[in-house]
Amino acid sequence: MSSRIKLAILSFALAAMLLPTSAWASPTKVVEWWHIGTAANDKAMNQGFADAYMKLHPDVQINITVLENEAFKSKLTTVMQSGSPPDVFQTWGGGVLAEYGAAGLCRDISKEVKGTAWGNSMASGVWATYTSNGHIYAVPNDAGCITFWYNKDLLAKVGYTSFPTDWDDFLTLVKKLKAAGITPIALAGNDKWPAMHMWSYLALRLGGASLFSDTVSGKNAKGFNDANWVKAGQMLMDLAALKPFQDGFLGATYNDEAALVGNGQAAMELMGQWAPNVQRDNSSSKAGIGDKLAAAPVPAIKGGKGKVTEVIGGGGGYALGKNASDAAVDFVKFLTNVENMITAAKTSGILATTKGADVGITDPNAKMVKALVDKCTFFQLYLDQAFPPAVGGAVNDAVQTILAGTATPAQACAAIQTAFANK
Amino acid sequence: MYGGMGKPSILTLAVLLGPALIVFTALVIVPVFEAAVFSLYKWNGLGPMVEFRGLANYSQFIRDAIVHKALWHNLIIAVVSLAIQLPLAMALALIVSDRRFKGAMFFRTFFFLPYVLSEVITGVLWQFIYHPQYGLVRAIWAILAPAAHAPALMGNTSTVLWAILVVIVWKYFGFHMTIYIAGLQDIPQEQIEAATIDGASGWQVFRSVTLPGMRTSIQLSVFFSIIGSFQLFDVVWAMGKGDPVNAGETIVTYMYKIGLQRFNIGYGGTIAVCIFLICLVFNLFYQKALVREET
Repeated sequence: MSSRIKLAILSFALAAMLLPTSAWASPTKVVEWWHIGTAANDKAMNQGFADAYMKLHPDVQINITVLENEAFKSKLTTVMQSGSPPDVFQTWGGGVLAEYGAAGLCRDISKEVKGTAWGNSMASGVWATYTSNGHIYAVPNDAGCITFWYNKDLLAKVGYTSFPTDWDDFLTLVKKLKAAGITPIALAGNDKWPAMHMWSYLALRLGGASLFSDTVSGKNAKGFNDANWVKAGQMLMDLAALKPFQDGFLGATYNDEAALVGNGQAAMELMGQWAPNVQRDNSSSKAGIGDKLAAAPVPAIKGGKGKVTEVIGGGGGYALGKNASDAAVDFVKFLTNVENMITAAKTSGILATTKGADVGITDPNAKMVKALVDKCTFFQLYLDQAFPPAVGGAVNDAVQTILAGTATPAQACAAIQTAFANK
Repeated sequence: MYGGMGKPSILTLAVLLGPALIVFTALVIVPVFEAAVFSLYKWNGLGPMVEFRGLANYSQFIRDAIVHKALWHNLIIAVVSLAIQLPLAMALALIVSDRRFKGAMFFRTFFFLPYVLSEVITGVLWQFIYHPQYGLVRAIWAILAPAAHAPALMGNTSTVLWAILVVIVWKYFGFHMTIYIAGLQDIPQEQIEAATIDGASGWQVFRSVTLPGMRTSIQLSVFFSIIGSFQLFDVVWAMGKGDPVNAGETIVTYMYKIGLQRFNIGYGGTIAVCIFLICLVFNLFYQKALVREET
């Protein structure tokens, strides 16, 4: 082969390589967006948001990756460990986001939101979940809390027209339901976290806000060995002794739990704002129990320091990866403007954080949960999410050992404290 | 040994071994060494490793009650595989290899089917079978013992492991059966005929002709059973993540929880290295024992 032909081939190859790049390299700023809205309506809505933004900003190219919740978590962990996060991605804040932030994998947007019109477009309380050491790594779009979700018809059968507001009365209700042959509470014992919410709410009602803040800050030297945490474990055991949960609950997943309530086979579950959606999805009719479903705050405990206005909850938001451009930040600003948040509230049933987006929330139960969050006197992020995964996992494990009877409440709390002290 | 070709040249070796060696090094050797490095640190997998712990993770491994529990489960799984699964597979292999048996081909395929299913599908399938509200077990129970409560096999810490063992035997006996069928085909029919003519009973033929002739197959299937038991993950994970309270935990599910769910890559690396060492030591001893037996 003569060197001239070689040269010709090489130049041709080079040209072929450069051609597509130059075609794509037009002034496009690429934003990689990962979200978990796998339902058809969520997918279409998010694509609509991206299309609308690209129309307004022709120089921005938004690439969407849709992942199922669990797949998203493991894939995100992998890209985080390789140091290349997407620009915009779903987050639940708390300990996991804080770890990503501390490792320098998220863009700090404090400058863009602190004291700005964008920052003030949301209630000041909603930012804490996404803030770590003074840095803000994400913008919330959804904030709700854990409540009991109950079947009005099944409660009416045993003479309850409203949900108990006192724990003793709640236990009476459980006994009456049980006596009537109705499974009082559906519980996903294998997934652990639903049971964990039950224990942490009992602790909140017993010890109040100060128990949580002092344990987390280390001001309470006993930490999770504090008598209130242990007593909450004891009360959970007492509840379990009434056998209020479905058969084999220790092996049940959250989908099993939602199916039982959604099919009208169990009277209630303790769950977050997404409960009605998941119940519908897992019910055999795909319609859930409709307007028979109602939400109610966790009852107060006589003699406890906690008030019913203190809640445990959480939500979601848009986190920004370390390489997120200003265009990516601006896109998140667009996603969280009031018009788009109204659309999101209507489409996905999120409890929109942006002020004025409440008009998108029409379901009375969702409104009730939203009001509980808006008027709360103390807000605690889900205990398993508030800490780094090593501690959150230990909390979940410990509650399962209480329910399985393999550890006493004191032993379970000591196990949490050990993980907490080593974090 | 190499016939007339003499020793292969360096170039031949490089061309033939090179690609495989590069892939093996990049995907097996390097990660093993990486895990060994992680195992000396407290590290969440994000950012640089800074907190050197020396052998502290290893002493934690030795003292960790869940590690003991998981390894004990692995051992039970290995023993059940050897004591129940392999004899079952052998018996079935003998039946379906019998030439007089007309439906042999059908049963061979039928018994091999569970092995074809992916591990995750198997796990999900059995989750349905065991489901305490809608499951097949409950339906059968309702016919046989309508008065008694159906057992929630995956929700009771004392039954979880056994429920998983049933699935493991169900899933893998077909694989071992196939190894044995292949082994049986290697035994010359004349030997069996000769033994029969000499007046050997069926059992005597099996004991003195078939079994010795299948030594290699049995060695292979014992090896796969034991190594497989220590690497077991997917089925257990799909059936309930080894829970409640680690009742079905295996050492690999525990490694996954620690490393990838709890972000404790350091300790997860320690567990990985220990699994690797257990398998390596077993492999070396097993090979050595086989060589000794053959000489």
